[in-house]
Parts: sequence; structure tokens; C-alpha cells
Amino acid sequence: MNPDFDSGFHEKPTLEKIKHYLPAQAPLKDFIHHNTLHAFQEMKFFEGTRHASEILGYKVSLKLSEYRDLFRRGQIREAVLEHRIALRYGQQAIQEWKERLVTKHYEKGPLPRIGSLRAHWKKIYQIDLDSLVHPTLFRILCSYLDQGIAIWNFPVWHKGFLDSIREMEQRSFTSFFRTARAKKLLADGSLKMEDLLAVVVGDETLYETYLFDQQFAHQGWSGMVATVEGSPQTLLDTRQITLHDLIILELLLEIDSLDYRLDNQWQPLASRLSEKPEPLFKKVEQTDLHAVLELWQEAFEWSYYDQVLAGISSPRPEHPSRGTPSFQGLFCIDDRECSLRRYLERFDPACATFGTPGFFGVEFFFQPTDGKFLTKLCPAPVTPKHLIREGGVKADNKKDLHFTKKTHSLFRGWLISQTLGFWSALKLFVNIFKPTMGPATASSFRHMNKLAHLSVINQNQEKEHGLQVGYTLDEMANRVESLLKSIGLVKNFSPLVYVVGHGSSSVNNPHFAAYDCGACSGRPGSVNARVVCTMANHPGVRALLITRGIVIPDSTRFVGALHDTTRDDIEFFDEIHLTAEQLKLHVTNIETFNQALNANAKERSRRFESINTRLTGPEIHERVRVRSVSLFEPRPELNHSTNALCIVGRRSMTRGLFLDRRSFMNSYDYQVDPDGQYLFNILKAAAPVCGGINLEYFFSRVDNQKLGAGTKLPHNVMGLFGVANGIDGDLRPGLPSQMIEVHDPVRLLIIVEQFPSVVLQTIQRSKETYEWFINEWVNLVVVDPETHVCYAFSDGRFHPYEPLAGKLPQIDNLDLLLETNAENFPVYLIP
Amino acid sequence: MTSLLEVFILIPLAAFLISLVIPGRQETLMSQVAFVSVGLHLVCFQIFLLYWLWHGYPDLNLKDIVLYKTDGYEFYLDFRFDEITATYVFVGSLLTFLVTIYSRYYLHRETGYKRFFNTILLFYLGYNAVVFSGNLETLFVGWEILGISSFLLIAFYRDRYLPVKNAVKVFSIYRVGDVGLLLAMWLLHHFWHENITFEALENVESVSKHLENHHWSGIFISLMFLISAAAKSAQLPFSSWLPRAMEGPTPSTAIFYGSLSVHIGVFIMLRTFPFWEHQTLVRIIIGVMGLTTSVVATGIARVQSSVKSQIAYSSIAQIGLIFIEVAAGLEALALIHFAGNAFLRTYQLLVSPSVVSYLIREQFYNFKPRQHTVEDSLPKRLEYSFYILCLKEWNLDAFLYRYFWSPIKWAGRKLNFLATHRILFFFVPLYLVGLYSVYHKEIVPPGLVSAIPYIFSTIGLVLVLKSFTERIHARISWLMVVMNHFWVALAVAFNENFTFTEIHIYLSGVAVFGLVGYYILYQIKQQEGTINLDQFHGYSHQHPKYGLAFLLACLGCMGFPISPTFVGEDLIFNHIHEDQIVLAFFTSLSFIVDGLAIVRIYARVFLGPHAKSVYEMAYRSS
Repeated sequence: MNPDFDSGFHEKPTLEKIKHYLPAQAPLKDFIHHNTLHAFQEMKFFEGTRHASEILGYKVSLKLSEYRDLFRRGQIREAVLEHRIALRYGQQAIQEWKERLVTKHYEKGPLPRIGSLRAHWKKIYQIDLDSLVHPTLFRILCSYLDQGIAIWNFPVWHKGFLDSIREMEQRSFTSFFRTARAKKLLADGSLKMEDLLAVVVGDETLYETYLFDQQFAHQGWSGMVATVEGSPQTLLDTRQITLHDLIILELLLEIDSLDYRLDNQWQPLASRLSEKPEPLFKKVEQTDLHAVLELWQEAFEWSYYDQVLAGISSPRPEHPSRGTPSFQGLFCIDDRECSLRRYLERFDPACATFGTPGFFGVEFFFQPTDGKFLTKLCPAPVTPKHLIREGGVKADNKKDLHFTKKTHSLFRGWLISQTLGFWSALKLFVNIFKPTMGPATASSFRHMNKLAHLSVINQNQEKEHGLQVGYTLDEMANRVESLLKSIGLVKNFSPLVYVVGHGSSSVNNPHFAAYDCGACSGRPGSVNARVVCTMANHPGVRALLITRGIVIPDSTRFVGALHDTTRDDIEFFDEIHLTAEQLKLHVTNIETFNQALNANAKERSRRFESINTRLTGPEIHERVRVRSVSLFEPRPELNHSTNALCIVGRRSMTRGLFLDRRSFMNSYDYQVDPDGQYLFNILKAAAPVCGGINLEYFFSRVDNQKLGAGTKLPHNVMGLFGVANGIDGDLRPGLPSQMIEVHDPVRLLIIVEQFPSVVLQTIQRSKETYEWFINEWVNLVVVDPETHVCYAFSDGRFHPYEPLAGKLPQIDNLDLLLETNAENFPVYLIP
Repeated sequence: MTSLLEVFILIPLAAFLISLVIPGRQETLMSQVAFVSVGLHLVCFQIFLLYWLWHGYPDLNLKDIVLYKTDGYEFYLDFRFDEITATYVFVGSLLTFLVTIYSRYYLHRETGYKRFFNTILLFYLGYNAVVFSGNLETLFVGWEILGISSFLLIAFYRDRYLPVKNAVKVFSIYRVGDVGLLLAMWLLHHFWHENITFEALENVESVSKHLENHHWSGIFISLMFLISAAAKSAQLPFSSWLPRAMEGPTPSTAIFYGSLSVHIGVFIMLRTFPFWEHQTLVRIIIGVMGLTTSVVATGIARVQSSVKSQIAYSSIAQIGLIFIEVAAGLEALALIHFAGNAFLRTYQLLVSPSVVSYLIREQFYNFKPRQHTVEDSLPKRLEYSFYILCLKEWNLDAFLYRYFWSPIKWAGRKLNFLATHRILFFFVPLYLVGLYSVYHKEIVPPGLVSAIPYIFSTIGLVLVLKSFTERIHARISWLMVVMNHFWVALAVAFNENFTFTEIHIYLSGVAVFGLVGYYILYQIKQQEGTINLDQFHGYSHQHPKYGLAFLLACLGCMGFPISPTFVGEDLIFNHIHEDQIVLAFFTSLSFIVDGLAIVRIYARVFLGPHAKSVYEMAYRSS
């Protein structure tokens, strides 16, 4: 049976299908990057995006004129372009295709399919159904889901969404509806979606298309409902809501509006249609324009990839290995840590740095002192079985009267406005001229009290909330072992091994969670860093590790730390446990860290218009700190902007290359892992996490209006879970323009240092992981660790790739280069 | 000291004009102009304030430029400075200064950076014109500027649907306020036989003397002031526009709708207080309106689940209380309350994005499953009813639609029998006949003479109604708007001896701007093929220059103070007798609808999502 022309309507699969295509963004506090077009991931990248574009009306690439402009400016290189054409269509087609790409004029494509059925309401009846239904619908939804803005909450909440409304409608003198029929239909408890669709649409074969049209007219709200339905605990104050309930209410409101406006003088939509619309999900054929845009996109990506590969495969002076490094630092793979590591190595060439996902292999729920809820601190798909409790300190929560509900009551508001009101003027004045941290700032250092005790070690098999409190000795040893083996740190331990999580600080930023560590479910990584250090310092664990071939000398101590990527500040934990000797080394290292952080702030500042990059490191660092607490700063930091690479291999691969903070870096030593066991774990996480981040940036950048959140300046916080423009707007999932404006939309290139045969076996081990590669949602290149030959993955095989770029230019003084401009730099060799 | 008052108008005026010629890409220069001028204004004002206080804070009055003068009619700008002005300028200059600095960083790289600062400076000019005004005419100049700058800031994101829709909505409510002022001015002229200053209103004896035999007219005037004030300050029944105006960038929302613009209604009531001080009935009405507003708005604020609308309704509730204070004669308290409320709401709006991290954190540590609210103790039936009412904003938005715009649309549709394209063939010759008879009044039957003004103004009204409901032809709609003014002029010419100069003043603006507007629409039609009025086209996306020029043409035709028509409108009203309330009503109604029809044409043709590129446009619902 052809699925396009399935005649019947089946409620359940249809709802599942709609949910699959809706945006899957969780409430703001749990903001986690993911592939915006995840629903199309079972197709190849270009095929999937083409369908997304023609069906749902998204823009999925840059504009033709933008690519041509990049080409003129040399950012898309001619040699690469020709190479990409030749790969697809053969050498002889280069001229023909180049002409199409560079000069041919293309007309705009047809209108997207979504919405065309429902548009007939306006065509036939001159009625603007959306503007009649949406305001009421959004308001009811927002009030029902509200997490704590309203003073007077939805009066009935413990029942499901529709039942709550039904109860209110039945026992009220007023109504959400304007006419009798809709109200009566709602009162009937056995109400079926099909019955309502029969009234509104009237033709069973069109129901699904109609529902798609209807729900995608406000995909933000529908997506939020579907997400909350799927995981209710994502709202602290939980609600029972389903997409089914939302659709029923919306259909009722439509009937209500039609009855009201057209005085019952209307028939189901289908009865007035002259012809049936095209099936929504019919295959979208590739046109010439599609092919042209695809080639441009590939050429754009490979213009960058090619330089990187040229750099990586080029022979560089071997870094002299001098036995035990001065200290070792473990950082998150995050692209923002890439430059900090480079500076640490510059200021202390004897140190060694590593990258690994920022939850450091320990997954658990965290309960802060006095916290009423648990926070998950590990990658989003994982469900931990362990609980870490914070204890031994008091929670410190400063209040700010400006956010209290008292200001909104009539009489207290009267008093407050005449007293606190003048205080506000002063606060505003101070905030503008001398921004400081206040209770409203989201600060990474407040995630955990640095003096608190953490329940890392399980005592007497204690359980709480159905979770095991802490870990047993064996569990701890397992985690430390896999962490160290996965990054290849199995010998030559320095006296101090720093484990540095990261987080961020910002104010006036509803998307604050997107700036924290993605591997910790959008939270700072401080607790994880401390937990894993406690484990690695535990004598019992070390004893077990010896049996597994990892000998950590007694003189070695693991020290947890938190790097604030916005402020470029660092905080070390549990320093009191250091011996006098370690402390001495630690003090020297702190100096190195401070130097590196200043330099890092300086490098970051080149993208900030308001900071002069020519100032000295410490001066700039101070400005960067002020920036993080300034109310008026919509870009406290640029987060993952410009991310393009994920390099899995030893540091020697990238040492001496200037990658301009564009790379995720996961340390990995192929020698420790001959059969790809650790590699599997790395790629299993890196593909969805880094790939998800990358694609969210990609799509928010190419279509900031429909797939991104648009500019954040007019955003209005709805119910603490989402943002909208104005008060009657749809929720805006995706990233605001301030986060993506400097981003170049290129897919992630994962570069692995390992033998191709091992990698091929590894990626095929799990279907979900393999999908990312085989369908090209991320690109994959393997570098043979012995021959340094690159192999690009496509169509299930590795093909040798010879970089087209010759020897890369060498930069001797990086600091001078950084002061020149704010654009993306090409790859340079650095000393 | 008095002559210094001009400085406070001239600084923003100069800044606005300079800002217009700065190239769009020059962010730094642009923000510096704003920073320096608003800063200069602030500093000058602070010094002036101290000096003024030192000298025993006298009331200052300055009769400035006379724009037009004939026997018995004088249109002049007049400035006044007293404690009310002092408070308003103090709050206004401080907040504008802070918000200017704030926006300098906040709007960095935003498309429309220049446009934003242009509009802020224009707003600031209007604000100062209003609060320094010494007579209603000057106030009206500022008032119009505030209205248009509000419209432009709400529609700042002009390629999205909702901002444009809401901007038109808010503009239409402001238009109601305009007419309240126009009618009040009209009657006051007749009682005083001159344009009076606020200073003159302070003279209790003179006021009571002039109103001696016109008790009800006095009340009517006061109520007109009240309508203007209620519209501008979002009091009942107009309240629902305020949250809907919050579509622009947060700092502009904060300063306009959190603080300055929304308190201008209070200012009018404070200014005209001496006039209605002795009208007990009016004071009761004001008090009742304030009280009702604050109670209803508090209820609505309690159920709001979005930050900005919550602040908007709480602010409305406080302004309701300020109205009560004004009605009670507690001027000092009202002024303090105004300042405090303005500061508080501005700050709350500016930090509103922080609410997520702050409240989520608070909830994380202090969550109690369900807060008991006052309403929970009500009987369920009442609780649910009130909740639904509050959530639906007491149907205020629907109410305005139903009782304000629907009748106008309904009336317009009733005129469908007049086919649009034939309307010109009918009305142009008729107009020529009318024009001929103005010069040869002897040919008109004497019995008809007194009826003719009514007939002609009705024709004018029919034209604008038709224009307002036209769905297809933009250009004909535009012509009808322009013709309306000609009919109004003709009607009044029959009413009284109306000199040629006055007709010229009135119509010169309309004619010139009308032609410009027509030319632009013609050009757009030629280049783009279609400009029906059934949907938004967003042509300012592709034709920004035409967009700007057409906006100016609209302003000119609307009687904005860049066109002589502005003085002309006042003149026209001057020739309507105080007993011709119906004629005054018709004329003012056609002014309201005229403005609406013009803004509608502008919005439909130049604003909204660009009709020809769905792929780069935001969703309609967003």
C-alpha cells in the first residue's frame, strides 16, 4: 500500500507522526542542543533537508547569492568546488556545473506544502481562523503550564488538561467559548477527535494533513506540549497534558470561531474544495536548484575541512616528550576549551591537556542543600541510578524584591512603587554604569557550594528517591578506569591532575542553560569534576586500578575545578587536602592558569565589538567579567558559535595548529584501544552531542526565523518555560540570532586518529550512531596514525583523501593576528 | 529663565534631525548622537532645576512662535514650567538617558539600529513637547509625535505579522484620544474666543465666568480630556492595548509602555485639573474610572503567565490609583506615585528576561506544590467564572473590536453598492459643483444652505469609511482619503465665511502629500504588480526609500505637524459653531477614520511579512 494515499484516519499513529516532526526543545531550564530536523534524520542529509524545506517551509541552506558571495571572497575555494563537482558528476561535467553554480539565474521554488489545505478557510470564507483561535488557545496553554509567573494559577490543575478545562466550563458563569455548540461538545465526556474533524474537515483522507497544517501553524506551542507529554518531569511543577488534548481544544475553538463569525453558515472545509491538496509527505524530487545548493554547501564545508586536513596530515616538529608532565589537565571536549588548552600549553610547555565529555564519565542525579528537586548531571539520553547529595552547608539564596509577586498586587504595589520604585532607579543607574553580580545573575559558581560535602561514596547501600546514594568501590573504579583509558592517560601521572568542568554566567538571559555544559544536561560541570576527583583520589579505588593496569602514584592528586567560560574565571575545589609540596606546585599552576585565562579572554574579545582587543590581557579580562553581569549585554559570550570540527585523537594531532576555537577535542589514544572499544563510547556520545550542537547552530543560522528563535531583544518569557515575541505569540524554540550570527553553517567534521578498518567496525556497532555517519548528518574522516593518510567516509566506505591545500601559512605571533579582525581565520601553523 | 525653556525642546529636535542624516551602518556615531544629546538635555535640565528651585520655583510661561494669525484667531506655541513639568522631565530625562546607554549595547548589530534611535529621539521630542506645553495646541503637537513614534516602535519588527497588527491596533486607540483633544480644543476656542493657555485655566474666576451658562459643555470638555487621558494611559475600556504594545525591543517597551508614554494621560489630567476642579461630577467619574480600572487590571495581572503582560497590567492598576489621586486633588502624591511607578516598571521590564533563572532557582529551593490564593476561598463557580474572565481580559480586546471597529467596518461594507472604481466619476463632478456654489452661494436655495455642510461632511465620512474597508484598490483608497479633506473643507466653507488663505493652509498640505503618496503607490504597483489591501505586503523590505517617503506622505495627509494641514485642522474646527455638535462629531469621526485608513494603507503595503518570500519570513503566529 502506498502510504501517501492511505485512506483512513488512525488517531494514534497520526499523533505519533505529528509529535515526531514537531520541535523537540525542552523547557528553558533544560535547554539541550539537538538536531533541529531530527525527524528527517533517517534520510540522507541533503535529501532530508530538501524534504523539510518543501514540506514544512524551512530554509535549509544559505541563499544562492550568499554562496556566490563567499566564492567571490575566496571563502569557497575554486579547486575544492571543482573537486566536489567531479566527485558527483565526473571531471567532464565541471565546466557545465560551475556555470550553473556561479552565474545561472534560478527562480524561487514553489510554496511549501504545509498550510495549503487550511489556507482555504481564508480563501473560501474570508475568515482568519488563526487570529481568532490562537490568542485564546495560547493563553489557556500558557496559564495551564505556567511554572510560577502567575499569582493566581489555573484553578483546576490536578486533572489532565482537557478535563480541567471541562470542569471549569461546566461550573462557571462564563466561558472560553463564544457560542453554544463548542461548549456543548466539550461537556460531552466521550468526545472523539474524529467527530470534531468530521465537523471541521469532513473528509477522512484529509484529517491528517489538516492536523499537520493546524499544529504547524504554532509549532512552538505544539512542540512544547509534545515534549511535556513525553517527559512530564521536565517541568518542576508537573502537568498532565497531551497533544491529543491540545488538538481537541483547538478544534473546538475553531468550531466556536466559525460558528461565531459565520453564524453557522458554513460547511466542513472539504465540501467546498475544488481539488485535493497534494499529499504532504509525497517524495520531493531533486531539482537543478537543489543540486546547485548542495554542491555549494559541500564546497563551502570542504573549503574549510581541506585546510584542517592539510594541517593535520602535514609533518610538524615532534613535541619533545619529557616523561612526566608538570601537570595534567582534563577539560571538556567543548570547543570553548580549545583555546584555553592551547594557552596553558604555551605558558607551561611541560604540561599536558586532555579533552573528554564534561561529565567525566560519572552520571548521577544531584540534590543541592535544601533543593526540592533532583538535577540530572550527565548527557541527556542517560538515566542515572546514582544520587549525589550536597551537605554540610547552608543554601544561600539572596532575594530581589523586583521579582516578587508583591509588586503586582494593588495595595502593596501602591506602597512598593512609591518606595522601591525610587530604589529601582538607583539600581538601574548602578547597573548601567557599574554592573555587578546580583541575585538575578545565573552564575555557574552558585551551582554547588565549593565547601559543601558530596555524598560520593555509598554507605551501607543507602538509597533515596529510588536511587543509590553515591557509588560503591567497584563502581568508582570502573568509572575512573574508563575515563582514563578513553583519553589514553594511563601512565606518567603528574603530581597534580586537574579535572576542569565548565559552566557560564549571564544575566538577563532566558537561554542561560544553553551556555552551560551540554554533557551535563545544560548544567555546570563542577559537581562531576569534584565527584570524579574524589573517586580517583580514593585509596581503595587506586588499589583496584592497579589490578587493571593503571598505577597512580601516591604523590598524585586529582583536583576538581570549574572554568566559567563567560567570565574566564576558574575555581579549584578541595585545595585543603593538598600536601605542602602539592600546594607549592598548585600555586605555580594557578599562576599559569591565570595567565592562560587572561590570554583566552583576549582571544575571545576579538569577536566582541565593545572591547578593544589591543588592550592587555588583564584589562580585557576585567571587561569580559563586567560583560557577563551587564543587563544590557545580549551576548555575554558566543557559546558554540563557529563550531565545525570534532577531533578524536592524541593532542599531537592538533598541537601546532591554530583552529580558532572551532573544534571539539576528545583525547584518544589508538594504542590503548586497538579494538575500538573506547572509541565506540566516544563516538556514541560525540555524534549526537557535538553533532546535535552543530546542527542546532546550523539550522538556527540558515533559518533564524523558523528554525531559530529570531532576535532575542523583544522576547517575552512565557510561564518560565519558553520565550515568545510579544504576549500573543507562538513559542520560539531554537537559538536567538545573537547566538548564531557569527556562525558559519557547516556540518561537523569528526576526525578520528585510528585505522580505517577499526573505525568502520566501530561505527557500525550501533544503528543510531551509524545513522549519523551513513546519512551524512556529520562528516567523518579517519587519519591513519602511522601513515598520516586521510580517509573520508561516504556511502559506507572510506576513500583516501588528498588535501588540496598545500603547505599552510605559518604565523609566528598569534597575538598580533588576533588583533587584526573579528572574522573566522583560516587554519594556520603556529609555533 | 523663561526663555531657557525653548532649549529643552530644541535639543531633542536638533538631535532627531541630526540622527536622520547619519548613515545606517554607523552604529557608534548614531548612539553617540543619542547619548550626547540626551545626556546634554539631562545635565542642562538638572542645572536648570536647581536654579529654578533656588529661585523659589515660580510657574514659568513662555509665549513662543505664532504660527498663524488672523482676526480673532491665533495659533501659537506656548511653553510652561511648573512642578508637574519638573517631575515629568526629571523622570523622563533620567530614564531616557539610561535607556539610551542601555540600548547602545543591547541593540548592537540589530537591523534597524538607526531606525530605533531615530524613533527614540522622535519620541523624546514629542515627550518634551507635551510636558513643556503651555497650551493645548502645543500639547497636541507633542501628542501627535508620541502617537506616531509609538506606532513605529511597536512595528519595529516590521516584517513580522503580529507587531504590525498590534501597532495598527494601538494607533487606532491613540486616534480616539486625538479626537478627544480636538473636540475639547474646539469647544474651548468657542468659549474663550482665543486659544487659551494652561495658565489661563488656573484663573478660577475666568473659568467659571466662561462656563457660566454652559455647565454641560464644561462637563463635555472635561470628559473629552478624560477620554484622551484614558486612551493614552490604558484605562478602562482601553486597557487591552498596553500589553499588546510590547512587541518592540525590551528597552523601548520599558521606556514607552512601562513608564513615560503610558503616564501621559495622567499628565493631561494634572494639567487640566484647574478646569474641572469644581465639577464634582467629573471628579467622581474620574475616581470611579480609576478605581474600576485598578480593580479589574489587578485581577487580570494576577492570572498573567507571561512576564511582560503581568507588568503591563500591574502598571495599569497603579495608574488607575494615580487617576484617583488626581481626582482627589492630591497632586503631590500623584506625582510621587507616577515617578515611583515609572522607575519600578522600567526596571522590572528591563530585567524581565532574568526572571527565568531567578524564579526557577527560587522554585528549586522553595517549591510548595500549590500556593493557596485568595480566590480559592471563593465558591468554585465564582472562582472559575472570575478566572476565565480575567484570562480573557474581561473581553476588553473583543469589546473594542466589537463596539468600535466593527460598526465602522459594518458601515463601510454597507457602502459596497458604491463601486470603488466608479466612485471618482461620481464624486469629482459633484465636488466641482459644490466648489462652484461656494463662490456663488446665491444660486443655492436658502433653505439648503444650512443643510449643505452636513451633507458634504457626510460625503467626506462616506469616503473615508469606504476607504477604510476597501480590500482591493490601494490607490483609490488613498484618493478617497485625500478627497475626504476636500469635502470637509467644502462643508466648512459653506458653514461660515472661510477665507481663501485658510483653505489654502488646510488643503495645501493634503494636496502635496496626497500627490506624493499617489505617485509612490503608482510606482510600487508598476514594479510589483499587485498592491491589494487584503494582506500585508511588506514592500519596505525591498523599497525602503519609497517606504519612508510614503510614511511622510501619510503623516502629511493625516495632519501631522510637518504639514500645514495640522494648523488647518484646528482652523476647520474653529469654524464649526459650538451648537453644531453633530457637524463636529461628523468631522471628528472622519478625522479618526481618515487616520486609520491612512495607517492601514501604509501598513498593508509597506509593512508585515514580505509577500513574495515565504522562505525567509517568520511564522505569522510568532
